[in-house]
Amino acid sequence: MCSCGEGIKDLRYTALEKMLENYQHCPEKIIPVLQETQGIFGYIPAAAIQQISNALDMPSSEIFGVVTFYGQFHLQARGKNIIRICSGTACHVRGGGQVLDAIVKGLGLMNGRTTTEDLMFTLEPVACLGACGMAPVIMINDDTYGRISPQEVPAILAHYKEKEGGQVWVA
Amino acid sequence: MDKITLSINGNAVSVAPGTSILSAAQQAGVNIPTLCHHPDQEIKANCRICVVEVKGYVNLLPACATLVSEGMEVKTTTARVLEARRTILELILARHPQDCLHCMRNGNCELQNLTSAYDLRQTAFSKEPRRLPADFSSPAIVRDPNKCILCGRCTEVCSTTQTVHALGMAYRGYDALVVPSLGQDLLASPCVMCGQCIHACPVGAIGEREQIGELLTALADPQKIVVTQIAPSVRLAIAEEWGRESGSLPMEQLVAGIRNIGFDYVLNTNFTADLTVMEESRELLERITTGGTLPMFTSCCPAWIRFAEIFFPQLLGHISSCKSPQQMFGALVKTYWAEKTGIDPAQIYSVAIMPCTAKKYEALRPEMKDSDYPDVDLVLTTRELGRLFHMTGVNPFNLEGSDFDSWMSEYSGAGVLFGASGGVAEAALRTVCQAATGQELPPLDFQELRGMQGVKTAELNLNGDIIKVAAVHSLSNARELAEAVKAGESPYHFIEVMACPGGCIGGGGQAFTSSNQLRACRIGELYNEEKGRILRNAHDNNEVKHLYEDYLHNSDESAVHELLHTHYSPQPKVL
Repeated sequence: MCSCGEGIKDLRYTALEKMLENYQHCPEKIIPVLQETQGIFGYIPAAAIQQISNALDMPSSEIFGVVTFYGQFHLQARGKNIIRICSGTACHVRGGGQVLDAIVKGLGLMNGRTTTEDLMFTLEPVACLGACGMAPVIMINDDTYGRISPQEVPAILAHYKEKEGGQVWVA
Repeated sequence: MDKITLSINGNAVSVAPGTSILSAAQQAGVNIPTLCHHPDQEIKANCRICVVEVKGYVNLLPACATLVSEGMEVKTTTARVLEARRTILELILARHPQDCLHCMRNGNCELQNLTSAYDLRQTAFSKEPRRLPADFSSPAIVRDPNKCILCGRCTEVCSTTQTVHALGMAYRGYDALVVPSLGQDLLASPCVMCGQCIHACPVGAIGEREQIGELLTALADPQKIVVTQIAPSVRLAIAEEWGRESGSLPMEQLVAGIRNIGFDYVLNTNFTADLTVMEESRELLERITTGGTLPMFTSCCPAWIRFAEIFFPQLLGHISSCKSPQQMFGALVKTYWAEKTGIDPAQIYSVAIMPCTAKKYEALRPEMKDSDYPDVDLVLTTRELGRLFHMTGVNPFNLEGSDFDSWMSEYSGAGVLFGASGGVAEAALRTVCQAATGQELPPLDFQELRGMQGVKTAELNLNGDIIKVAAVHSLSNARELAEAVKAGESPYHFIEVMACPGGCIGGGGQAFTSSNQLRACRIGELYNEEKGRILRNAHDNNEVKHLYEDYLHNSDESAVHELLHTHYSPQPKVL
């Protein structure tokens, strides 16, 4: 389980506590509570589920059921930059798979992980981005990159790394 | 109220309003298959195997969730209905491992029975098993999520009957899964190991941790003297393993059967049940007369203890310090009994045959080593004993009866009562009355503490002082009473808690128990046995008297306390 916030008072948990004051004993408010929780943490940490469970009088096993049911909730910390890659038919036939491989390699994601260890990037394959004319297509945050080749991937990733002022990623 | 008349397969059937088609069909002797339906649970209607054709409806309707109406015409055997059920079964089987021969539910599986009934020789669907690891984290319960058919019966018994919420439904659609809370291991969840999910499961997705192999190793070891204790409820259910009626195997034949398997000595948990009554009654009277913490909860049910340690840590002082009969027995067999028989305690391998899964966990609790050895080396469930009988070919029904071995096996009716909810309270009241007034209770029976009612109460008048007693089974009822104690609003002096519906006769380790009706049957047999005992009171047990006079009273008081009493500690979990 997540142990961040142990010892030192984590301001995010203070914010969570304050938010939960509005929802005492209200299990029917679980969706807005989870949305606000994700607004605070960027994801839903296990320790937060325990706190929500106490406040709403809702067993954590049920909260876990809700969190995992909806695609909008995340149990793991997510990166600053969200890369969405289309895995639809058009992108697939035009080489989306190789682009995906290049991103996985470029980010150093191993063993099915989707978020980099430095929390800079999260990779999310999606069913369709609705831009089949630009296949293969990826989106990074709100920027769209169409008709890209695996060779272009390192430079695109480097751009987002540089924007953060960090060192340029070397694949 | 007026009855509703409908037709099922052309035959007129009259039932009460509010009846489901499924229940109406059952009343008319028409069999409609079910999987997610459970007679003691809410209607779920998620497996759809019970679909039927109803005139005027385009779609097939689930019989479990559709109420009858006047003039309704139901057909349960049309080609369309049968084809739909076959497809549903095929889809379930496409996700279900086909290793039935290796499954502990082989021959006793609702899915297997249906597959057989529906002639499913081949299927058009490719197999897509989940290939997830089985969860072996718990010392008592093993879960194989691959076998799960998502009926929701385990999650309901865990959340509604037991209010433990260790299991929940998670993820969605094709990926949906039953998982322990937060997707952790079962051991990390608030699971209390009662094992009721095992009875609820229609397939082999949940079972006890099987330990027959460990027993066989011990039996084969010439250095080990294998001594067993049998709990009172085991006898009531073991006959069902041969398809016979509950309680139909006499105790003497069960003892003979266990000897034939190869156990060296066969002793009786009922003996320490009587001893528990003595110790618990004394503790209750002491708490009442000296202004101790009241109400006092019983402590013989390890699932209840774990429940209290997880959910009510502030109430641990209310729980009797008495060990359970299993653990008193374990501590005594390697001290008192070893001394009496001249057997080296290091050689004794102490086995408990129990109706319970949580007992496997209780035996492993680190404090349970007061004999300087593990007090109980191995716990087998009633089902494992049944498998042992089948494996060794020993059929106790064919054997000449045999008596228990000496020193720790005499028992009174009080010990027998431990198997049913309300029994411990009844047994204790008999002894409390005798201890406080010097007189026997007339009559001995407390009818108000018997039966399947969730909360039962009784009063005992002790020379003008009223002692108020409650007995609850199922942890949802225990939670209610515990909340009242927490709030300081409980009127009782003594509260008996059994985690499993009906008490130990419905324990998680018993022969597979499909309904509360079967539990009620076993309870009936238990009271028959109790009535037949010559000794009805724990305080009349001669071997128990001898234990006190010859051993406990001659030993150091704190040593005695250690052997028979224990302590509890909070167990924080993500709830």
